[in-house]
Amino acid sequence: MAKQTVVPFGPQHPVLPEPIHLDLVLEDETVVEAVPSIGYVHRGLEKLVEKKDFNEMVYVAERICGICSFMHGMGYCEAVEHIMHVDVPARAKYLRTLWCEMSRLHSHLLWLGLLADAFGFESLFMQSWRMREKILDMFEASTGGRVIFSVNRIGGVLKDIPPEMLRDFLKRFDDMGADLRRLTRTFLDDYSVNERLRDVGFLTKEQALSLGAVGPMLRASGVCYDVRKTGYAAYGDLEVEPVVSTIGDSYARCQVRIGELFQSLDLIRQVGEKMPTGPIAVPVKGNPEGEFFMRCEQPRGEAVYYVRANGTKNLDRMRVRTPTFANIPAMLQTLKGSQLADVPLLILTIDPCISCTER
Amino acid sequence: MAKLNRSPWLLHYDGSSCNGCDIEVLACLTPVYDVERFGVVNTGNPLHADILLITGGINSQNQAVVQQIYSQMPNPKVVVAVGACACTGGIFKECYNIHGGVDTTIPVDIYVPGCAARPESIIDGVVKAVGVFQEKYEKYVSENKERKRSS
Repeated sequence: MAKQTVVPFGPQHPVLPEPIHLDLVLEDETVVEAVPSIGYVHRGLEKLVEKKDFNEMVYVAERICGICSFMHGMGYCEAVEHIMHVDVPARAKYLRTLWCEMSRLHSHLLWLGLLADAFGFESLFMQSWRMREKILDMFEASTGGRVIFSVNRIGGVLKDIPPEMLRDFLKRFDDMGADLRRLTRTFLDDYSVNERLRDVGFLTKEQALSLGAVGPMLRASGVCYDVRKTGYAAYGDLEVEPVVSTIGDSYARCQVRIGELFQSLDLIRQVGEKMPTGPIAVPVKGNPEGEFFMRCEQPRGEAVYYVRANGTKNLDRMRVRTPTFANIPAMLQTLKGSQLADVPLLILTIDPCISCTER
Repeated sequence: MAKLNRSPWLLHYDGSSCNGCDIEVLACLTPVYDVERFGVVNTGNPLHADILLITGGINSQNQAVVQQIYSQMPNPKVVVAVGACACTGGIFKECYNIHGGVDTTIPVDIYVPGCAARPESIIDGVVKAVGVFQEKYEKYVSENKERKRSS
């Protein structure tokens, strides 16, 4: 047996925008085991429910993560709305769905860019992020923020999108389709990209299920599971078919996310066609009492919000189970037996969001 | 603004930020903002860095990491705190694990406000940091000359 060495990876590392630490146990260049240690971003925001009231917590929930900030805010709002039996207006639900799908687009483009950066394809990184800026422009026009929007409130949303702006958005998304196809063709067909992604980091269907993987990680291993099928927000009215691949390697994960980019464009088109008119929020009176589990599908997978309220303005408990946390065991599984040079790539294929994980 | 005599190299470290500011720091490097046209390069190595950009507040776990990165950077060095959390602790100030802004651990030269800080203001902060860096560099050189003369 070769001699074992331990290589520390992180918390400050060039490919990681966020801090996570791994101890990589190596035999020559092969990873035998990866031992994670986390907590570098832990803030303890769940405990803020004791200091901030349930309306203020919407803004704290948004800041669980700056990438899917809209979905975090929405997940929390929907949970509280269920407890309080608030009937959210249809237009607010559709607006939420629109912003959700825009978040998914920008998150997946961001991930594609980081992936390209991880295997050293700098211009592809720049191209992906150039596309992403177009979506951020639309976010800024409709909500006023680029990454943190603060447009959710309990009972609806705070800002409306005027019809002419929506028409303009839909046109821009239509134009984006062709650009996206050109960009993603490089990811799917390019020889060097294929060499780096194919047959790297296999995760079988059984492993994915037993390790509790979620989101694109699970769907790339051949499991057809997407929480949007449960029909929260306006997804019940729209046609959502999960994007699934059966290969189970890094290429499949890339393929699934690219498929979801086009799925999001399709969903946005459906939202544009069906967008109802009417109010965007209803007044909410009183304090919540009761408990609720809310699930929603984020770009990285299924997120669970548990909220328990006791009839005062401060909640008893808020608990968030985020997708990256669920995907870490699966990531460690794919790292076993991989080459040291593939480690950054494999960490990226779960699309890690450490600030979600540690909160 | 100080005259740019050299290309400032950046090191970015995510303290306990929500990712919003980190993504905006990265967005500065990409086509729309493209700070590389000013010669600003994002490096992953503290030994190569002149300017340290920190996003997010300081917590018990990352305090030692921030101190270590700061001590590994060669003199002279400039620290930029990006975002409300890095300046004061921001919305998470009352969290049990947050000590406060970056200045609770290492000296900070430039504060960039915003939640999340916009790329324009981050670039503005970096340009100000270059000015501070130039001053520190000139002071450092003259002090070194004096030390040599007296020895």
